[in-house]
Amino acid sequence: MAGTLNMTDRRRLAMLLTPAYLWLLIAVFLPLAAMLFFSFLTKMPQDGPDWAITLDNYSAFLTNPTYGTLLIKSLQLGMIVSVICVIIGYPCALVLAKSIKGRAREALFLMVILPFWSNSLVRIFSWAIVLRGNGVLELTLNAVLPFDLNLNLMFTTHAVVIGLVHSYLPYVILTSYLALQAIDDDLIDAARSMGASKLTILRRLLLPLSLPGLLAGVVLVFVPVVGSFMEPRILGGRMGTYYGTLIEDQFVAVYNWPLGAALSFILLAVVLVILAVASPVLKGART
Amino acid sequence: MSQVEVSHVTKRFGTMTALDDVTINFTDGGFFALLGPSGSGKTTLLRTIAGFYFPESGTIRIGDIAVQKVPVEKRDIGMMFQNYALFPNMSVADNVGFGLRVRKVSRNEEARRVAEALELVQLGAFAARRPQQLSGGQRQRVALARAIVTKPKVLLLDEPLSALDKTLRVDMQIELKRIQREIGITTIFVTHDQEEALTLADQIGILKAGRIVQVGAPRDVYDHPVDAFTAGFLGDANWVPDSAMSGLTLPREPDGFRFATRPEMLTISQDRPAPGTNSLPGKLKQRIFAGTMATCIVDVNGESWKLTARDRDIPQIAANDDVWISWVPRDTMAVPR
Repeated sequence: MAGTLNMTDRRRLAMLLTPAYLWLLIAVFLPLAAMLFFSFLTKMPQDGPDWAITLDNYSAFLTNPTYGTLLIKSLQLGMIVSVICVIIGYPCALVLAKSIKGRAREALFLMVILPFWSNSLVRIFSWAIVLRGNGVLELTLNAVLPFDLNLNLMFTTHAVVIGLVHSYLPYVILTSYLALQAIDDDLIDAARSMGASKLTILRRLLLPLSLPGLLAGVVLVFVPVVGSFMEPRILGGRMGTYYGTLIEDQFVAVYNWPLGAALSFILLAVVLVILAVASPVLKGART
Repeated sequence: MSQVEVSHVTKRFGTMTALDDVTINFTDGGFFALLGPSGSGKTTLLRTIAGFYFPESGTIRIGDIAVQKVPVEKRDIGMMFQNYALFPNMSVADNVGFGLRVRKVSRNEEARRVAEALELVQLGAFAARRPQQLSGGQRQRVALARAIVTKPKVLLLDEPLSALDKTLRVDMQIELKRIQREIGITTIFVTHDQEEALTLADQIGILKAGRIVQVGAPRDVYDHPVDAFTAGFLGDANWVPDSAMSGLTLPREPDGFRFATRPEMLTISQDRPAPGTNSLPGKLKQRIFAGTMATCIVDVNGESWKLTARDRDIPQIAANDDVWISWVPRDTMAVPR
């Protein structure tokens, strides 16, 4: 594209892009570079003059098996939350995009994005009220069901998953909705005219055509969930030790910033590797 | 292949009546055009026959089976859409084979019939391509192959040629007619293009405001329209002013009828034509040259008449000159008021 631009266009393009790149440089690249630098230090420079360059923070990940275990636990959490988000979110997007029209669609859409409008901390504490023993959920179920149920979900892995799914579900719904909505209704009509059942249409037409959107949603859920620390800490309690809380501890509790930074970059590398491995699938879905 | 009978079908959307007691019969193997202005209900009728809509009342029979309550996927129809609706995630062969695979035809049989259908639309070499890699005309052919490969009882076409440019459209009209004859399938197509309907169909149904106004062979409908709307919709009609009727030879008594002629039936001259022809005096307003043909706008008794003829057959007359318009009496259309 750049080859076809003349000088004036090029200057205009540069002028329009500069603020964005400048912002990226200051807000993303510089802090990341600083963190990368910290991750190779023995201690933070402000803590004393005797700091040195070292690889110890990275080798700690290999020598201490807890870190690896927690990373795998976080990756599993990311997968579970992504899968549940897809199972709930994709049908939701399907109904929104293809079955509901007009006013009802707008109202439902509002309800989908409503979680985004509330503070995430408030949202998580609300879940705590719902999920704890003798909480809203237990009282409601006991009021409806004929038998008494002892349901204390608070400080369990289930609570963490529920909180995370609630926080990240809108991403899957929005990206899938956009992909599904772009599919021409005539394609569905054409498939029906050839005798295809609803399931066949979903399997051979809607799913393949909306897969890029669905996968984009999965990436948007998976990556932050693997590094999440707030939901595990508040809803998981003792069960809520994950790779994200481990990193958070290094920064706010132990004050070992170099180790926290190194663990962060290991996570970044692992996520990038996973996305790279998955990218042929992502690309293949687009055709 | 079957005949399709639509009887007393009414379809409403909310308070709007899209089809109002429509009765029309499509004989086995015929090529029908449903013609009408936009909003006349022609697409609704097609989609009701297809099974996308269920009528509030009335019956639809395909072959001997009443299908008005059968959904589209069980009606065994073939349909072609205005924008072709080819599946972008499948190759041409998979697009055409989709309906066969849904019917659980064996892979060998599917391959054979797909190849056969693509051969019929002369796209045998394009089986492995994606729809995005084809031109508009080729996509059209794929859509047609896909619609007929399952050997449906009836082929439904929704404005099939409107997305093509004019030269390609004429080619495709000829092609469509050839294929329809070759496989002998009952075909119903919707169009707003009267020329296309007259060219392709052996029966035309004209719709207006959800009602069938007239059904007949192209020439019948063109020469004997049942009302002023049909007369004006199928082509230009020059209406004989009531005050000018006395001197003319008319096909019938004028009670309850108006009379009109088609632009191509008229001759223009400066001298008064010989008796025996119908003639009216007028004033030449405009002459529009369009290659082989030319159109003259003539003011006749305050009404604007249109005349088309080969340009070389029209004498050189200056604008605003007095002229005579004449035509053979049997070319007069009698249209009920």
